[in-house]
Amino acid sequence: MLVSLNWLQEYIDVSAYKPEELAEIITKTGIEVESVEPVAEDVTGVVVGCVVSCEQHPNADKLSLCQVDVGTETLQIVCGAPNIAEGQKVAVATPGAVLPGNFKIKKTKLRGEVSNGMICSLQELGVDEKDVPAEFSEGIYVFPEDAETGVNAISLLNLDDIIIELGLTPNRSDAMSMAGVAYEVAAAIDGQYQLADEKVTPVEDKTEDHLSVQVEDPEANPYYGAFLIKDVQVGPSPLWMQNRLTASGVRPINNVVDITNYVLLEYGQPLHAFDYNRFESNEIVIRFAKDGEIIKTLDDQERKLSSNHLVITNGEEPHAIAGVMGGAKSEVQEDTSAIILEAAYFAPSVVRESSKDHGLRSESSSRFEKGVDPNRVERAGKRACELLEKYANGKVLSGVASFDQLDRSEKQVTIQTSRINDRLGTEISNEEIQDILRRLQFSYEQEGEEFKVTIPTRRGDVVLFEDMLEEVARIYGYDRLPFTLPEGSSQAGGLSLYQQLKRKTKAYFEGAGLNETITYSLTHESKATMLMSPEIEQEAKAPVGLAMPMSEDHSHLRLSILPEMLESLSYNVARKQHDIAYYELGTVFVSEEEQVTAQPNEVLRAAGALTGTWHTNPWQQEKKDVDFFVVKGVVEGLSEHLNIPFTYEKAKLSHMHPGRTAVVKAGDEIVGFIGQVHPKLQKELGLKETYVFDLNAEKLFTKYSKEEAFQTIPRYPSVSRDIALVVDREEAAGDIVSTISEAGAPLVKNVQVFDVYQGENLPEGKKSLAFNLLYLDPNRTLKDKEVEEAHDNILSAVQENHNAEVR
Amino acid sequence: MKERLEQLKQEALEKVTQAENIQSLKDVRVEYLGKKGPITEVLKGMGKLSKEERPVIGQLANEVREEVANAIETKQSRLEDEALERQLEEESIDVTLPGRPVQVGGPHLLTSIIEEIEDLFIGMGFEIKEGPEVETDYYNFEALNLPKGHPARDMQDSFYITEELLLRTHTSPVQARTMGKKNGSEPVKMICPGKVYRRDTDDATHSHQFTQIEGLLVDKNVRMTDLKGVLNTFAKQMFGEDRDIRLRPSFFPFTEPSVEMDISCKVCGGEGCSVCKRTGWIEILGAGMVHPNVLEMAGYDPKEYTGFAFGMGPERIAMLKYGVDDIRNFYTNDIRFLEQYHKA
Repeated sequence: MLVSLNWLQEYIDVSAYKPEELAEIITKTGIEVESVEPVAEDVTGVVVGCVVSCEQHPNADKLSLCQVDVGTETLQIVCGAPNIAEGQKVAVATPGAVLPGNFKIKKTKLRGEVSNGMICSLQELGVDEKDVPAEFSEGIYVFPEDAETGVNAISLLNLDDIIIELGLTPNRSDAMSMAGVAYEVAAAIDGQYQLADEKVTPVEDKTEDHLSVQVEDPEANPYYGAFLIKDVQVGPSPLWMQNRLTASGVRPINNVVDITNYVLLEYGQPLHAFDYNRFESNEIVIRFAKDGEIIKTLDDQERKLSSNHLVITNGEEPHAIAGVMGGAKSEVQEDTSAIILEAAYFAPSVVRESSKDHGLRSESSSRFEKGVDPNRVERAGKRACELLEKYANGKVLSGVASFDQLDRSEKQVTIQTSRINDRLGTEISNEEIQDILRRLQFSYEQEGEEFKVTIPTRRGDVVLFEDMLEEVARIYGYDRLPFTLPEGSSQAGGLSLYQQLKRKTKAYFEGAGLNETITYSLTHESKATMLMSPEIEQEAKAPVGLAMPMSEDHSHLRLSILPEMLESLSYNVARKQHDIAYYELGTVFVSEEEQVTAQPNEVLRAAGALTGTWHTNPWQQEKKDVDFFVVKGVVEGLSEHLNIPFTYEKAKLSHMHPGRTAVVKAGDEIVGFIGQVHPKLQKELGLKETYVFDLNAEKLFTKYSKEEAFQTIPRYPSVSRDIALVVDREEAAGDIVSTISEAGAPLVKNVQVFDVYQGENLPEGKKSLAFNLLYLDPNRTLKDKEVEEAHDNILSAVQENHNAEVR
Repeated sequence: MKERLEQLKQEALEKVTQAENIQSLKDVRVEYLGKKGPITEVLKGMGKLSKEERPVIGQLANEVREEVANAIETKQSRLEDEALERQLEEESIDVTLPGRPVQVGGPHLLTSIIEEIEDLFIGMGFEIKEGPEVETDYYNFEALNLPKGHPARDMQDSFYITEELLLRTHTSPVQARTMGKKNGSEPVKMICPGKVYRRDTDDATHSHQFTQIEGLLVDKNVRMTDLKGVLNTFAKQMFGEDRDIRLRPSFFPFTEPSVEMDISCKVCGGEGCSVCKRTGWIEILGAGMVHPNVLEMAGYDPKEYTGFAFGMGPERIAMLKYGVDDIRNFYTNDIRFLEQYHKA
């Protein structure tokens, strides 16, 4: 809502405040002021001049040589505007004048002729292009004939006005009018304001003799009033009205339309004027449209209606979409001589639907949608009649043709001073409450500390005790509330185990050299199911899709974090950032239904992607690229960190390298996978070798157990032995480690692979693996013989199970 | 014999002095102190001496022996020290060369901010609660006093999946869920951080996915001044002791009264500048007293229980605190952006 300070000043005296001060007060008591802007930058020295003569410039085709009377003298001015003509009243920047951009006007010569000033367009005076009336957009501005020569053109054009922009919350639709703003400002600064009475002088002829109103659905349209105004002369509206419309962001059109718009801004009540003759009926019927019915609206669009759209008809065809836009057929035109003026109350939900379906949000619909003041509907009609009499030569017929089932009753809310104080934590007195209610202009009956408050209908948002609590609090001033801390029952705040584990996991990954990302949950349908972990793939029937996505790229909820993470790797690599190690802790959305009806399971995953160099120290000639075992090391570290043992099994998963991928298991359960991204996908994304992991953090956290008995530090020495084995190349080292651990139990405490070799000196298809074994008995020193025995056991076990040959 | 010993001593000491390395020193030891050395020889010839002479010469011989041995030892340790010094000199390195890099990652800026806020409220006795990102229409809207047909819940603003399911548009449903579990009798004191989604086209100030932190306190006799006190504590800890707060009226369907909280502008100290749009204040969060309808729907008697709620955007806080100028930075995951904030 744009509020002209000059206009507001006519309703309530705010001259004691600087605009910024006033804005601050309004913001603090109720409505946020978003900006305070002058209509135009500082402009001085511009007066109304009368073009006494206008001739062709002797040396230039496109210039005119004008003699302009500016009251005190007559100036010769060269003008380049195409629309300049003798007899016009124009805005003249006299020598010494300053225009926006600190542009100083001086005497000058143009093509050999003296020019003592400049005849200005509105744009040159700092008016926004969009606010300039169409007829003056290509040239100079021309004042109405009655403009007085020599007066200050700046004030005449309202360019010295200041506009306060209010950011209205949905509950404060009462401030969508100058009257509403004036009531609000009066409460804020403790000033005086009352919406003035309308003064109409109707002719004897009665509206009801010419018009009838029929409403088919009173709930959708509880009040419809039609005024009839005859002998109207359509022309420009007075300059002051045009100025106020312009200041409010509404473009002036003609006196009739401008008056309806002016009253809309003044009262907050949208009105509509039909050309009576073009309406072609004495019968106004308000009904829901028939499916498929067509109306051509004021913007020259043919619109197809359906049965949820309320329309104003002449008994046969629609002439307006109720509360949204009028029809082209009965539009007020230059030859219009009689008008039907509509002042109605349309149900908010009805207007909202029409406005939404037709994509039309107008000054009118936005007010109806929030509910207008029922006690101001008819008054607004009268106000428009008053102005039509004054400024359009209208003869207003007496009375109004109407349908009326509108509830205009005022609601009551009871408040108690003590209850207000309990809720606010204040010590407000009865007298202060009285004062606040007086400022709000809410009447009341008081009994002790109890106030029965009558809420004026303009404040339809005040219904409950809590609403009144807010009214009292804001006028009293939030600044005046003291700071206290809650006194109630206290509890120990803290993180749950699950939340602690999330933080622990993040800290681990970061310590391991990975950076955290946050990627989008919504992704392309094809990416939603890409790189799913096998256990997710088993559960998820289909990715969860949006009913109306904004774009294909964000249409479905992810089942894996990896596709979007790889996308961000690709983004970085394209920007020459080649070495990236990322992780993310985030949810994926698993629905077991083909067609989603219930909330999907939200499963927390810990995923990561690494590419490029893992470690480098150039001057020491050290460089290690990311490989499978780097990623596996990261995952193994997490396993140790969470104290959950993992095993790894070779696996073939789509979009993954068939020979470099493994599923990760905890016990018998699959909890994720690791491996290299399939080279085809790498290439598509412009990535070099890229390795990923994706773990089911949700499941891992449930397996986590903090209670671990303390293990005594061994007091006896351990014995270290090595074994070198030659096995088939396909034998998995991990399986052999398991065999060794089992066969060597309980003495073997640790088995470590320390060499892997294949190639020269070994038979085709064989490889050599070397292991270091650690024997330990925590209770005594081991004897050589015991170690020998255990070692022999191990050797026969690996020979038997893995066809291993001891080297 | 006496002369002979004196002479040997002089000779030996002379050679020790001349010895330039450990080997030649060893040779001196072998030559003079060895089993076949001249001093031993002298001792061997003692038998020929008289009873009176024997102890005198014996003692002298031992003294000479000891003196030479000491001289060798002293010289040896000096030579060893010199050798070590030479060796260490050779081992000298260029200490200005860079160290071996230790790769350390770090959290996302939003995570840092969220965890900072979490810890701050944990310190005031709040719990952390979480809830689903795919919500029911009931919890996202209805339970928060946004009945069907309410303009604020327009289809245009939300990502619906079905008529009853949508991506939550705020973290407020966690309020309703948490309250709902208390049977209308226990107090609630919690904050809930999380991802939320709105139908916005991504640009410098809008993101279809962003984060929110919601706070809720419900108990008997909760006052508006308590809200002001808690928010003041938060603002001072988060933004600095020298910052002031102010509350001004606003509107949210789930609170009444509703307020917005501003903090005094850091750049101008409240004087007014371009950062605070010349108001001296910067908007940080929305808050209010829990609407009686919301309490009632969650099973509380609004005559007995009252409460306050507040909600804020970590993106906005990050943008204010660190001057991040484009919200998309949080979601493109440019490594150069992420790494800047590891100390945050």
